Amino acid sequence: MTIKFFNDSERLGRLVSLMLSGAGVTLSIFFLTLLFAIPLGMLVAQGRMSKRLPVRAPVSFYIYIMRSTPLMLQLMFIYFLLPMILPFRIDRFVAVVFAFSINYAAYFAEIFRSGITSIPLGQYEAAKVLGYTKVQTFFRIILPQVIKRVLLPMANEVITLIKDTALASTVAVVELMTIAKKQVSSSSSIEPYFVAIIMYLILNGIAEQLCKFAEKKLNYYR
Amino acid sequence: MLTAKDIYKGFDGLGVLDGISININKGEVVALIGPSGSGKSTLLRCISQLERVDSGTITLGGDVLCKTENGILKYSDEATQRKIMLRMGMVFQSYNLFPHMSVIQNLIDAPVRVKRESKKSATERALAILEKVGLSDKAAQYPYQLSGGQQQRVAIARALCMQPEILCFDEPTSALDPELTKEVLGVIRSLAKEHMTMLIVTHEMSFARNVADYIVFMEGGKIVEEGKPEQLFHSDNERTRRFIGES
Repeated sequence: MTIKFFNDSERLGRLVSLMLSGAGVTLSIFFLTLLFAIPLGMLVAQGRMSKRLPVRAPVSFYIYIMRSTPLMLQLMFIYFLLPMILPFRIDRFVAVVFAFSINYAAYFAEIFRSGITSIPLGQYEAAKVLGYTKVQTFFRIILPQVIKRVLLPMANEVITLIKDTALASTVAVVELMTIAKKQVSSSSSIEPYFVAIIMYLILNGIAEQLCKFAEKKLNYYR
Repeated sequence: MLTAKDIYKGFDGLGVLDGISININKGEVVALIGPSGSGKSTLLRCISQLERVDSGTITLGGDVLCKTENGILKYSDEATQRKIMLRMGMVFQSYNLFPHMSVIQNLIDAPVRVKRESKKSATERALAILEKVGLSDKAAQYPYQLSGGQQQRVAIARALCMQPEILCFDEPTSALDPELTKEVLGVIRSLAKEHMTMLIVTHEMSFARNVADYIVFMEGGKIVEEGKPEQLFHSDNERTRRFIGES
């Protein structure tokens, strides 16, 4: 291995700042995906639990597709194949966020569903006899308890998502992994990969701490 | 005040209530007794709208929840159902307190959210009710920090905080040991003294005898015998005698 960055602080500084900008894109993909996938996952969970078969069946099929095909393939499908059907091109960043959102929504939906079905029936009955409407029951009584129950599996998904953003490099969105690859091939040194590893570790280190903090926050009841 | 007439109810073709009629007058305490599976909880749940009847008529005061005419069951509109719901309170065997809310929040949330009452007046009343059930010092605690008996007293307080005209109890002490049972029954007894109208499904025979004004003994979805406690506890009916004697 040839050392090209780690013995040249100026060059290393340039590399790190370049990769930091990539980490910024990684974070944007990450946050936008969470922003869209969490509410979408909630809706999908409701659809999956619907008593009506015409709602439940297509939603189940959607979850099946999303969980049973590689995310990388879904990404390519949306970026390369959809524009052949649609009359317009999709921006690569938009395609990535879209693909990640609908993929993660499927996983989130199943986590939410497990959380919602784990709430005892008695909670719904107590809310009903106290006169809460269905919407009030969900938002005041059920959802707060669901959040606590899904926190640990969601933390898992959040950490996976940060790593999955690296797949955006397959459609050449300039995020952390893309830059690392490019720098490795142009410098014929693998040092940029080390920098990438450190950055992913830092990002997920922060994510993990935030999840721990949330867990503590919700520890006021059992 | 509350009347249920000719109630039929089955689950998956299995008859649970087979033409039951009961009537509760204002200020009266009615105890529903009977072996497990006799349908007494189902009857209570039909009255409190947690289950729908297959046929029959239920009225509270002047409001009709459902009626059956010429064999056709008709439930009243949502608004009336809700109005009746709000006039009734319910206490469950498993308490069903909201675990993410403190005791005082459990009490005031429904008055504030559902009845749009001010937080201040709901809190004042809630504190007075907590005092009555002997839990003034627990207002800020969470349900998991309380014993089963305390949780059940909070559940009673929560129901009372909605100021119901009638309070229903579904085996309120069945999950409690004898000591905790005593403290919960004590609260119900004090409500009876204040002439709270109550319908209580219970296995506590001596409690039913001492507190109830009227006892209904059910078995197999039918009423075997009903009447004043003294009548049932000195019954000529062999089945009644055997059940009461056994418990």
